[in-house]
Amino acid sequence: MSHVSRGFHGRRRAAPEGRVPPGQYVTEDFPVLSAGPTPHTPLSRNSFSIQGGSEPKSWTWDEFRALPTEDITTDIHCVTRWSKLDTMWQGVSVDTLLDLVEHDAAYALAFSDGGYTTNLPVEDLTGGRAWVAFNYDGDSLPAEHGGPARLLVPHLYFWKSAKWVRGLRLMDTDEPGFWETYGYHMYGDPWREQRYAGD
Amino acid sequence: MIEDLDGNAIGGMLLEVFGTEMTAAIGTCRNCGTTGPVAGLAVYLRGPGTVVRCPVCNFVLMVFVRQHEVTCVDLMGLAALG
Amino acid sequence: MAGTAVRGRLTWQVATVGAVKDETPEVRTIRLDVPLWAGHRAGQHLDVRLTADDGYRAEREYSIASAPGEPVAITVERLPDGEVSPYLTEELRPGDELELRGPIGSWFVWEPADGGPLLLLAGGSGIVPLRAILRYRERTGSTVPVRLFYSSRSWPDVIYRDELEQPAAGVEVIHTLTRRQPPGWTGYARRVDAQMLAEVAWPADQAPLAYVCGPTSFVEAVATGLVGLGYPAQRVKTERFGATGGTR
Repeated sequence: MSHVSRGFHGRRRAAPEGRVPPGQYVTEDFPVLSAGPTPHTPLSRNSFSIQGGSEPKSWTWDEFRALPTEDITTDIHCVTRWSKLDTMWQGVSVDTLLDLVEHDAAYALAFSDGGYTTNLPVEDLTGGRAWVAFNYDGDSLPAEHGGPARLLVPHLYFWKSAKWVRGLRLMDTDEPGFWETYGYHMYGDPWREQRYAGD
Repeated sequence: MIEDLDGNAIGGMLLEVFGTEMTAAIGTCRNCGTTGPVAGLAVYLRGPGTVVRCPVCNFVLMVFVRQHEVTCVDLMGLAALG
Repeated sequence: MAGTAVRGRLTWQVATVGAVKDETPEVRTIRLDVPLWAGHRAGQHLDVRLTADDGYRAEREYSIASAPGEPVAITVERLPDGEVSPYLTEELRPGDELELRGPIGSWFVWEPADGGPLLLLAGGSGIVPLRAILRYRERTGSTVPVRLFYSSRSWPDVIYRDELEQPAAGVEVIHTLTRRQPPGWTGYARRVDAQMLAEVAWPADQAPLAYVCGPTSFVEAVATGLVGLGYPAQRVKTERFGATGGTR
C-alpha cells in the first residue's frame, strides 16, 4: 500500500469524460522535455527536405513559409503521462509537402537538428493528420518547444512530433528512431496505450 | 532551458541501476575521448527517458528508460566507466 | 553487507516532519524524523516522493542542509510554477509524513580529510549543501581555511542569514547581492564575473578545493572562471540545480 501525502495534488486538473487516453492526466503547463541540448540554427540556414522520393525536394525557410498554412487546435498526449487540451498551432500540412514529391514509400523517418529521429507510417503523416508547425499559441514556436519548426502529429504520442525538424526520409521499411531504439513503441497510439515495444 | 542538470541529478537512479554510488565514477566518451566524473556529465531527464551526454561533444553516453517498474540502461556511448 | 547498505538507501521510507522554519519568504527548512537513517556525508542529497490520493506521484531531490550527526533537514526553495516546492513550503506541516530515500551522492561531498583551503561558491539555493559542509567542518573541529562566496538577489533572500553573520573561526563569508542592496551596503552588488572571482578565490598555487552549487548558469560561469584562474578541473566540484535554481 503506497503512502499518500496529505494535501498533495500536483498541478493537474480533471479531464472531461472520454477526452483523455488511458493512463494520462491533464496539465495546464507545457512541460519541456528533451533528449539533448536546444539547437539554434539560424533561419537563413534552416531548411526542410524530403529524401527518398524520385527526386530529393527541399525548401528554404522563406520557401517553407510561403506555403499555405492551417490553424490547428488539438489535444496532445505525452508518453510521460501528461496531456494538454486544446493546444493551438499554425503550420503547413505534411500533405502539402508530400504532394510535391513522387514516391511510393510506406514509412518515413523524421530527422531533426541535434540528431533526433522518429519513425512513422506515411499514412499517419497524411490525410490531414500531420503538420510542420511554426507557431504555437499565437506566437513563433519557442526554441525550447521545438522552434522554429517541429513536426506535429497529435494522434500519436508526442515523442513522434519531432522538435527542430529538418525533414523526412522516405523508406520502404519501418526503422526505429531515437526513442524507438531504446524500447519505445514503433507506432505509439495513445488510445491503445502503446508506450513501449511489446505493449 | 533544457540543458540544466548534471550527473548529480541522477545519483539515485544510478545507485538503483548499478547497485553502487556512481556520481564519482570516471567515464570516457567513446566519441571524443573526454574523461571526467559522471557528476559532470550533461543530463536530460525530463523526457521519455534519461539521456546522459558528453559535456564536450554532446555524444550520447547513457540512456535510461523506465518500462513498467524496470529501468533499462544502454551504455554504448561510453568507452569506459569505472 | 555493502548490498544491504545500498538497499537501505534505495528503499523508500516514511519520514515525519519534525519542524519547519522559514528562512526567507520563498525558502523553508524542513527538519525530518527518519526512522531508518544510517547517517550521511556533507554535500549529499535525498530524494523525496509525494503521492496524491489517486496514485499520481512526483519525485524531487533536495540537498541535505544539516551536517552528519545532526537531525536530517532539507531546505526547499519555492519555485513560482513548481509542482512540489509550493506543497513543501506552504502546505506541509509538522506531523505530516513524506517518503524519502537516501542519502545519495559520492562526488559533491566533503570530509575533513579532503583538506583545503576550501572555496565554497553558492548561487541562491545552492547554499544548501555548502552550509552542510560548513556545519560539518565546525562539528569536527577542522581548521581548514574556508571562503564562502554567496550570490543572492537581495539581503532578505540570503538563506541562513543569521548563521552566516557569525561564521566559525577560519571561515570568511563574502556576499554579492545582485538585484537590491540595503542602505550603506559596501559589498559586491553585481553578478559574479571573472574580476570578482579573481578577488575572492584562493590563489591556485595553494591547491584549493572548490565546490560550486546553484543555478546552471552560475555554476558554468564560476567553474569556467576558476579553471581560468588555474584551478585544475578535478579540484572544482560542481552541482547544477537547473535553470531556475531548484530541481523543480
